[in-house]
Amino acid sequence: MQLANKRKGSSLTVMLTGELDHHNAAEIRETLDGMLDGSVRELTLDMSGVTFMDSSGIGIVLGRYKRMRERDGRLYLSGLKGNAEKILRMAGVLGLVEKR
Amino acid sequence: MFENHMELSFDSISQNESFARAAAAAFITQLNPTIEELSDIRTAVSEAVTNAVVHGYGNDPSKTVHMACSIRGDIFEVTVWDEGRGMENVALAMQPFYTTMPGTERSGMGFSVMEAFMDSLTVESEPGRGTKVTMTKAIRPVRDDE
Repeated sequence: MQLANKRKGSSLTVMLTGELDHHNAAEIRETLDGMLDGSVRELTLDMSGVTFMDSSGIGIVLGRYKRMRERDGRLYLSGLKGNAEKILRMAGVLGLVEKR
Repeated sequence: MFENHMELSFDSISQNESFARAAAAAFITQLNPTIEELSDIRTAVSEAVTNAVVHGYGNDPSKTVHMACSIRGDIFEVTVWDEGRGMENVALAMQPFYTTMPGTERSGMGFSVMEAFMDSLTVESEPGRGTKVTMTKAIRPVRDDE
């Protein structure tokens, strides 16, 4: 999976491209957290390029949701589709995290 | 009735999660599944193999995970098994959000995803002997006008 980010003020958008599973979840988590410097208040995960996601993605999204809440920030999800949306909806994540 | 069967054994390493789901997906294309059915099967297989690697064998790469896929008519069946730790309480392990690894961002939703994405899920496990997960899904024939 590849991650690319776009910064605008205190908003950070990270585009995820490829497959997200247990194998690469730890690396994705570390990369995402490394992008969150102290001034980021709004994090958007652009999921439009995610071609596969299993339940490992729930942990990634919920973990970032908690991190953003800890800093009084917000997490948004954009470009959700296919099984990624199905899994996150099933787990109740879409009741917590706003879609864009 | 059309029947087909295949079996694979592979090292218990996380790289093989994507290999296993790709192999299952390649096998099931014989039934001409929809994109959603294919995606459901890939996801369920990924969850089962991840459980075997992480929980069955504790990420021990010297161990072997097994997967068997079969087609009987329009029914696809996949079995993933290990000879690892096994579970004492299968019902507890299958509860949504239950995890033996708190603090690791493991969601504890693996069995819930398998159950939701497939038509049936059977889990047999014995402590010290391993775990076997069997799932089935009916593949709806795609009509020409769809």
